[in-house]
Amino acid sequence: MSLDLNQADATAIATAVRTGELSAKTVVSHALERIATGDRALNAFTDVMTAQALADAVAVDRAIAAGQDPGPLAGVPFAVKNLFDIAGLVTLAGSKINRDHQPATQDATAVAALRQAGAVLVGGLNMDEYAYGFTTENSHYGATHNPHDLTRVAGGSSGGSAAAVAGGLVPLSLGSDTNGSIRVPAALCGIFGLKPTYGRLSRSGCALFASSFDHIGPFGRSVRDLALSFDLMQGADPHDPVCTSRPPEPCLPQLGLGIEGLRIAIADGYFATGAEPEAIAAVEQVAEALGAVQRVTIPEAHRARAAAYVITTCEGSTLHFDNLKQRPYDFDPGTRDRFLSGAMVPGQWYVQAQRFRRWYRDRVRELFQHVDLILAPTTPCVAPLIGQEKMTIGGTEVLTRPNLGLYTQPLSFIGLPILSVPVQQPGYLPLGVQLIAAPYNEALILRAAAHLEAAGIVTAAAVIQS
Amino acid sequence: MTSSNVPELVLNPEQYVDQMSQILGLPIPPDCRPGVVDNMIRTAAIAQLVLEFSLPTEIEAAPIFQP
Repeated sequence: MSLDLNQADATAIATAVRTGELSAKTVVSHALERIATGDRALNAFTDVMTAQALADAVAVDRAIAAGQDPGPLAGVPFAVKNLFDIAGLVTLAGSKINRDHQPATQDATAVAALRQAGAVLVGGLNMDEYAYGFTTENSHYGATHNPHDLTRVAGGSSGGSAAAVAGGLVPLSLGSDTNGSIRVPAALCGIFGLKPTYGRLSRSGCALFASSFDHIGPFGRSVRDLALSFDLMQGADPHDPVCTSRPPEPCLPQLGLGIEGLRIAIADGYFATGAEPEAIAAVEQVAEALGAVQRVTIPEAHRARAAAYVITTCEGSTLHFDNLKQRPYDFDPGTRDRFLSGAMVPGQWYVQAQRFRRWYRDRVRELFQHVDLILAPTTPCVAPLIGQEKMTIGGTEVLTRPNLGLYTQPLSFIGLPILSVPVQQPGYLPLGVQLIAAPYNEALILRAAAHLEAAGIVTAAAVIQS
Repeated sequence: MTSSNVPELVLNPEQYVDQMSQILGLPIPPDCRPGVVDNMIRTAAIAQLVLEFSLPTEIEAAPIFQP
């Protein structure tokens, strides 16, 4: 049986490599070729580690020839958002300023974990500068293009991570999510993107943005790939003060447990307002497949979004304060004025936002006593055009960029685990639906996603540019 | 709980930005000033959604310090 390397997921690739059906060198060479040709149109990559990747692939093949098992991701090519430290490379975090930094001396914890499992790192991926965006329109490195329609954004801030997977350049990538930066690009590019529980995965070795909300997570084209990579990255890490010491809970073995007995509800109110009809229809489609009829109201979600905004702008601006003071013109014009103004937010606003966060978290905890999973749209619409300043949603003209995070921001605000699952619209653009659970219940989310995938409701074939 | 500084900011956002620039020691390049002012106005309106919401006194800030 020959594997279609353009469409094979990471699990299938690793199986083929571990059984000797394919060499890691063949797999990685194919990926590098795909990147060389396919990335011209997408602009997903900012660094490609050709020599290192091939050397790593050869090492995987040697280990297999010696009777060793390189791990469950043996030979799988993967790439990471360029805010992850990669040993030997400068961690750009989407910026020009960081070009002046010394190269990272070691891989970020999550990167090391995947390499430890045999995966082969092929490069760094484009993002919005310092993660402050939902579109990956980067003035220094260019916009990343959506594989489904090259005139459209890939979403952000992990646009490169989503486009690289959706465009069939690599089967697996990593990104980060502060207010939606994994979920939005996953939705707009039509793939799976997992934002786990806040603190579940170590952020050590990642350039941060707003520590109250920064999460890291995987992108992939199959539920099993997300479960596998998530499992591999779990574990306490004293180098990340936010990382939980809760023991890992493997999700991959639980994927086949199904959805019987799960109480699943659709978020109404805020999450059913201000969306294009097809975004709502995607949620309804997923709900029907899961047998969900109940509705649930997440209270004061508009205030949660507001509070997340205030905290984000304060923390992000403080982090970059010295550079804002010394070299403001080296920032992306798309982030500069936002960061400058964020430094001016009164402390009282920030504290009030953090107090509201506790109140809101407690209300949502109460909801999860009665439901296991909540469904909501990931974005209010399909991918907008690159450079599009305004968009019309439900008949109202709104600013494009901040509104892409309308439904993601109130939820990452309290660190809930969320998977964006892809709903394809044949002949049109994909959408995402958020599967939301209580903290540490990633397994329930992934079980539901596996059910949807088996039923053909959520799919993520790679879009190969000819 | 209402904040008295939000109306002030909305009335005089340029003044606010200029004064905060001085207080913070954060120079605002002249061609960035309109964008910074616009963003400050926007942030103030957004913050109002949080500030106008009455919270019980016993609700503490979410982050907890572990000594």
